Amino acid sequence: MHQQMSNAPSVLVIGGGSTGCGIVRDLAMRGLDATLVEKGNLTHGTTGRMHGLLHSGGRYAVSDQSSATECIEENRVLRRIATHCVEMTGGLFVQRPEDEDEYFQKKLEGCRECGIPAEVLSAEEAREIEPHLAGDIERAIRVPDGAVDPFRLCVANAADASRHGARVETHAEVTDVLIEDGAVVGVEVEHDSGEGSFVHGDDGEREEIYADHVINATGAWAGRIGEMAGVDVAVRPSKGVMTIMNVRQVDTVINRCKPKGDADIVVPHETTCILGTTDEEVDDPEDYPEEGWEVDMMIDTLSDLVPMLSEARTIRSFWGVRPLYEPPEVASEDPTDITRDFFLLDHDDRDDLPGLTSIVGGKLTTYRLMAEKISDHVCDRLGVDAECRTAEEPLPGSEDFSVLRDWMDEFGLRSPIGRRSAERLGSRMDEVIGEWDGPNPTVCECEAVTRAEIHDAIEGAGSELNAVRLRTRASMGNCQGAFCCHRMANELVPEYDEVVARDALDDLYQERWKGERHALWGQQLSQAMLKHMLHATTMNRDADPATTGEPVEFGAFDSGPDASVAPDAGAESAGNSDDAVADGGTPGSGGTDADS
Amino acid sequence: MPIRDDVVVVGGGLAGSMAALSAAESGAQVRLISHKKSTLRQASGLVDVLGAVDGEAPISDPFAAVDRLPETHPYRIVGVEGIREGLRRFDDVVGDSYRGSHTDRNALVPTHGGTIKPTARYPVSVAPGLASAEEDTLLVGFRGLTDFDAVAAADHLAATGVPFDVDGAVVDFPIRFRDDARTTRLAQALDNDQDDVRDRLAEAVAAELDGHARVGFPAMLGDDHGPAVRAHLEDRLGATVFQIPTGPPSLLGMHLEDLLIDALERAEIRLSTGNRAVGYETADGRLTAVTVDRRGQTVPYHADQVVLATGGLVGKGIDSDRETVVEPLFDCHVPHPEDRYEWSEAEAFGDHAFARFGVVPDDDLRPTDAGGDVHFPNLRAAGGVLGGADVATEKSAAGVSIATGSYAGRRAGEEAAQ
Repeated sequence: MHQQMSNAPSVLVIGGGSTGCGIVRDLAMRGLDATLVEKGNLTHGTTGRMHGLLHSGGRYAVSDQSSATECIEENRVLRRIATHCVEMTGGLFVQRPEDEDEYFQKKLEGCRECGIPAEVLSAEEAREIEPHLAGDIERAIRVPDGAVDPFRLCVANAADASRHGARVETHAEVTDVLIEDGAVVGVEVEHDSGEGSFVHGDDGEREEIYADHVINATGAWAGRIGEMAGVDVAVRPSKGVMTIMNVRQVDTVINRCKPKGDADIVVPHETTCILGTTDEEVDDPEDYPEEGWEVDMMIDTLSDLVPMLSEARTIRSFWGVRPLYEPPEVASEDPTDITRDFFLLDHDDRDDLPGLTSIVGGKLTTYRLMAEKISDHVCDRLGVDAECRTAEEPLPGSEDFSVLRDWMDEFGLRSPIGRRSAERLGSRMDEVIGEWDGPNPTVCECEAVTRAEIHDAIEGAGSELNAVRLRTRASMGNCQGAFCCHRMANELVPEYDEVVARDALDDLYQERWKGERHALWGQQLSQAMLKHMLHATTMNRDADPATTGEPVEFGAFDSGPDASVAPDAGAESAGNSDDAVADGGTPGSGGTDADS
Repeated sequence: MPIRDDVVVVGGGLAGSMAALSAAESGAQVRLISHKKSTLRQASGLVDVLGAVDGEAPISDPFAAVDRLPETHPYRIVGVEGIREGLRRFDDVVGDSYRGSHTDRNALVPTHGGTIKPTARYPVSVAPGLASAEEDTLLVGFRGLTDFDAVAAADHLAATGVPFDVDGAVVDFPIRFRDDARTTRLAQALDNDQDDVRDRLAEAVAAELDGHARVGFPAMLGDDHGPAVRAHLEDRLGATVFQIPTGPPSLLGMHLEDLLIDALERAEIRLSTGNRAVGYETADGRLTAVTVDRRGQTVPYHADQVVLATGGLVGKGIDSDRETVVEPLFDCHVPHPEDRYEWSEAEAFGDHAFARFGVVPDDDLRPTDAGGDVHFPNLRAAGGVLGGADVATEKSAAGVSIATGSYAGRRAGEEAAQ
């Protein structure tokens, strides 16, 4: 774990989002002694809270052509190096009758100027691809948008970095930036672990990590690290809502073809669709209002493009914070005007503080390029001459792999489960599923996650089930963990204590609830009530004496008719000899999805 | 020929079945309309009456605690006597198939999640495993199962402070099924004693027994021949064998459903299944018929009295959209906060308003409108469609269904006889 590279210069990267994970991989592949520290899970910040769009660049083809060009280039790179994280859905920019022709034309030309393949489709042609598009749309532009799984992407980057000798430390929050003789020389971190949710180290243990250079890749949190170092990094965090649907109403990314606006994109993502989004500046990236009107706006506005969304079922909503940055002198009033470009702030040049560089702004699609640029910069500073290889070498999971396999013969899995597993694991399928010893039941049915994949995630992420969830998608489907949260916790035992498993279950259950609350009406409210019944009624998890610590006077309870206390005669009469009875039986003329 | 009965019950779950049975006792001709399979298959098979009040849990005497419930609670309307009446009927229905009627006190039953739960009636196969009985216990799980981990459950049970030693052991089920085989496959194999599976299972468990007086398995020890499977294992192990209730697919819940259907058939109740009730007809302010959609045709089922037992949010007897909460069949009033963010609490196990959503009954279980007047003088409601009870938190789901179903059915029968 704590491998020290002998004489290589050392670099410490703060932030386990896509940028930080990309940087640590790049540096490790160049032979540097790289360490990444992240205060939560990988993707804890913005990366884990985005709509999963792999940009073609089309969205920026009019307003920001340099970003658009970078997007299409990186789009092509990721399709090559991260095949198991990317689904090439294609995208449409759809024009409605009230949207301007002139802008449509500009979009088309802009795409062509930036090298983005773009093709005009008539309304009929567009509806042939996506039958649920509104009947009154005018036409559309087809572009190579796609969907990307940010969790898988980060985990693959971090895993490859570790394979190249890097140290990746999650749940390690930076508490101080160490400065000696006017230069940054490292950081102090506090390990958040121990008894309870995580068992990776000692809870509250502090560690000073020294490095030849420190990179602040904390996105919306960059200002806080800057503050610890005494420099000003004025990130302008901007929040956006994303609403998740229960199925894929569309299989293509659907964009509204108009200059800018809220609620203008639908991204098909795994088993769901994600509706987005808003753009509103916030003061604190961790504390901002999450409100129902934002969810309503997603559904109501996007129904203009895809009418069936108005009656469709949503399973949860979540908010993310963009780490927008612009040089202070630009001073845009509206966050939607702030560039999506990224900036490299060398604090030696800028603030006379050597040893620290911040990277701010940017977007997931260009994470690799950002990592390359900052790695080039740091290598230059440290006098290291090493080529970047991240655009050529595939990530673990994306090596050559055919998805045309006999799932039952080779892995003992029914083909829907085999295929879904392979979509996530890619070329790691043989290692994770093929080499699993013993029964391999499906733990999460909505997302088709088997025990072997859960254990692979536990091996990488420890006992924290939210991290296991991010790696596998277990508990992220329609039932939102009603049927699988406790199964995931069961998989932790006996490797971890029952108490650790119980705490991890409570954390996961609460995390699922947080997003589910934004979808509580109609079928999803029905589903939530079923979940409540399974966990509170059947399992009695809400009044568990093991958790409350309240002593139970067992002697005050019925110990059975055959126990020493004489039964006062039963009311039993003739009957059927079957054993049965029910408790939660909400009687009804219908049932709810049991996601079985 | 118009379809006509004295009493029509809409909803085929626990409340609807109890309503139909008690209405039939008065001599009325009763019809029960149900649309889909009831949600009993998702229920554990235990009959909770009341296990938690005001944050105090578990409580040992459910009857003594009824007074502490809010006045709007359905139990306050039917009263302790109404609960007892319902349980008496229920005990008649299920006969020897379960235990608990010998006492007023709750039993504590191990759950598949590993803790204990207060309940009033429990299947006979669950009875030997009560956590309120002091006998050393071995929990046994199967390696291919995900819903129940015997080691985790045993450690968890010990952490609740049970007055006996408890250990867990995981064994391979003697027959290797496909990895995603349903638990019902295991039950069927034990039913049929396929490839001597009972002896082989006993052998695998015997190696772990180590003097424990009783052995608990997740509730999949046979389906149709459960008693024989348990007897076989007990004989080979020399220890008592019991079952631990599970989540879906719940064999114990499905058995209750079978028992109810048998009882409905014995009582000669007319069953109309598979078609959805979609509306109603009235005359002079009274219901005259419930209408049912039969392959696109709307067919009236005439009745003098109607019992609404369509379930709560899970059974879709209560429905909602982004703005409102409704009872979709009769459009009975369902009070709810205007802002949907007040329907739930931020804590997953918080005091959720949605858990109490339902119609507001008068003192004769007749749904009332926002002004407090009854919607129809001959419509009563029972079970999950009634508001005012958070049955999950209270551990009262089956009890509320049984007590209110029994009461509403009896009253409907009495009124029809007049």
